[in-house]
Amino acid sequence: MQSKMKESDPILEVENLSASTDNLPILKGVSLTVYPGEIHAIMGRNGCGKSTLSKIIAGHPSYNITNGDIKFLGENINSLEPEERAQSGIFLGFQYPIEIPGVSNLEFLRVSTNARRKFLNKEELDTFDFEELVKEKLEIVKMDHAFLSRSVNQGFSGGEKKRNEILQMALLEPKIAILDETDSGLDIDALRIVASGIKKISNAQTGIILITHYQRLLDEIKPNYVHVMSDGQIIKTGESDLALELEKKGYEWTDNFIKET
Amino acid sequence: MVNENLVKAVVKEPYKYGFVTDIETEKIAKGLNEDIIRLISQKKEEPKFLLDFRLKAFKKWQKMKEPDWAGLGYKKIDYQDIIYYSAPKQKEKISSLDEVDPKLLETFDKLGIPLTEQKKLTNVAVDAVFDSVSIATTFREELAEHGVIFCSISEAVKNHADLIEKYLGTVVPASDNYFAALNSAVFSDGSFVYIPKGVTCPMDLSSYFRINSGDSGQFERTLIIAEESSSVSYLEGCTAPMFDTNTLHAAVVELIALDDASIKYSTVQNWYAGDEEGIGGIFNFVTKRGKCLGKRSKISWSQVETGSAITWKYPSCLLLGEESVGEFYSVALTNNLQQADTGTKMIHIGPKTKSTIVSKGISAGNSINSYRGLVKMGTKATGSRNYSQCDSMLIGDQASANTFPYIKSQQPNSEIEHEASTCRISEDQLFYLQSRGIEFEEAVSMMVSGFCRDVFNQLPMEFAAEADKLLALKLEGSVG
Repeated sequence: MQSKMKESDPILEVENLSASTDNLPILKGVSLTVYPGEIHAIMGRNGCGKSTLSKIIAGHPSYNITNGDIKFLGENINSLEPEERAQSGIFLGFQYPIEIPGVSNLEFLRVSTNARRKFLNKEELDTFDFEELVKEKLEIVKMDHAFLSRSVNQGFSGGEKKRNEILQMALLEPKIAILDETDSGLDIDALRIVASGIKKISNAQTGIILITHYQRLLDEIKPNYVHVMSDGQIIKTGESDLALELEKKGYEWTDNFIKET
Repeated sequence: MVNENLVKAVVKEPYKYGFVTDIETEKIAKGLNEDIIRLISQKKEEPKFLLDFRLKAFKKWQKMKEPDWAGLGYKKIDYQDIIYYSAPKQKEKISSLDEVDPKLLETFDKLGIPLTEQKKLTNVAVDAVFDSVSIATTFREELAEHGVIFCSISEAVKNHADLIEKYLGTVVPASDNYFAALNSAVFSDGSFVYIPKGVTCPMDLSSYFRINSGDSGQFERTLIIAEESSSVSYLEGCTAPMFDTNTLHAAVVELIALDDASIKYSTVQNWYAGDEEGIGGIFNFVTKRGKCLGKRSKISWSQVETGSAITWKYPSCLLLGEESVGEFYSVALTNNLQQADTGTKMIHIGPKTKSTIVSKGISAGNSINSYRGLVKMGTKATGSRNYSQCDSMLIGDQASANTFPYIKSQQPNSEIEHEASTCRISEDQLFYLQSRGIEFEEAVSMMVSGFCRDVFNQLPMEFAAEADKLLALKLEGSVG
């Protein structure tokens, strides 16, 4: 099955990536390749560089790439602005979605969706057509229409914020989605909604990177690969059973990998 | 990173109203003295009471000192180096718009204020003021059918002298402050509105003030009277060419609302702000005040202040009538080296009076943006209430924002509530919007207009759209 996937070109190639913020090295040579239809999980202790990796792929301005390349659909994107990356189909689901007072969620979603549609040479949607589209997508995350009239993420509960992220993913139809601890802070029901949302949105053409601490999300969405990160590096890659083993043995177990290398 | 980008985006701001109209003007000599005041009064063929009003104001002004409590930094104004009357040369008597110099009509066309019969705005009556004189007022006949008087104040002096004599200077007395005294002595033109008893003005009224000449000051005077149970919505817009010298603008606006009357006064102020080094720009020292004289009367100020090198302006309400209501909704945007000191005074005198203040200050570049407001509860203001909310937004790390709320209460049975906040557009917020494909500059303007929403909601609809665009334009660095 894996070899069959690899007949197509990769969506994302991270090659020996090193990055720093305020001259402090955070990533120390990360390599990762995602093919269409693949689901990758990245696990590791807090502070190991998982979130940083996701932000750098999305183009966060606080980090400097000191070495290596990020390629998206074969093109080097190291110097692209975050909005250019998003428009071309990279989606980052935030661990802590940001509140933006005064900006209505509906308007935000519409402007964002249209920016992506424009890139895809699709017709931009007016408010009426967008209402139709968003109604359909709300179903996926079982969100109430009332969410749309509120300010972006303002006063949303943790679960509501995460569902709003998945709603955005559903609207933007990305080529690759990096979901940074989308499962944290969710109760069982919300986790199921989010997980089934992710499954509905993804398909054989899209790639997904799940950054998580917990097995429970991976029970819902079975990854093809599991990577363990530590101190800015991927120290072990395995298949989905690696996550189960990690769950049993804890991160202390992974410390031995570093000793081995 | 973020600040660098922002500052760059913000600094590129263009000013699309900066052109000068090449027109022959009649100007009097520079300087200020009794003879100049007599000359202005004579040019305007004013009755004696008005000349006396001017001369008295001038005497007071001479004894006054320019206020410095706002701590604004600017080059000392040389009041003898200003021309106090400048008017485009026209035929002696103009009986219709067709006789207005086409260059003037073209100017207002360019400003988006077409005046001619074919092109004029359909739902707004406009009084167009060019330097010291009113050029034209549209829809006069239609308004007259409802008994509404809308004309230049010079005309009102001629045709409605009784109303002028009765009300002029009753809200803002000449001795009120330095700039009000100066205005009272030399005011040139402005608008006059009279809404008779029981009449709801059938359309929005609007004045558009255009400074064209670089060396003359503009001293407009506006007076609006709403009789019992009447109501009016009035809009004001302002622009000026780009000169590297500073031009003084010292206006006075007086509003009077009688029993159950309501006046809504909206301003979009976009005088030339000077360049990024702070060269040029309008010095905007304005006194605006409304008197809620009648019971249950209401005066509502809303303003969008984006222009001027210096803004010194506190549209205020005197709440005399029982259950009268005062409102102040303000957005002030400063950029580069602009300084704005603006706010309001809500003076509660009558019982059960109510006031609301919502102020949004946005400072970018190296600008200084201050809210300064007074809420006063007099001894008779039992059961009166005030609510104030003052929010500041900082863009970049060189701008500053201040809030100076003054509260004086002589009435224990009254409520004053004040909330204030300061925020900075954070890198995380911008990154969040960008990571959803929204361009950097659009992200900034989305957040700025989100921040201003409470105030924009108070503006007349077309004005709100214009204000939103204006702010975006100021921040986007793109020519609209």
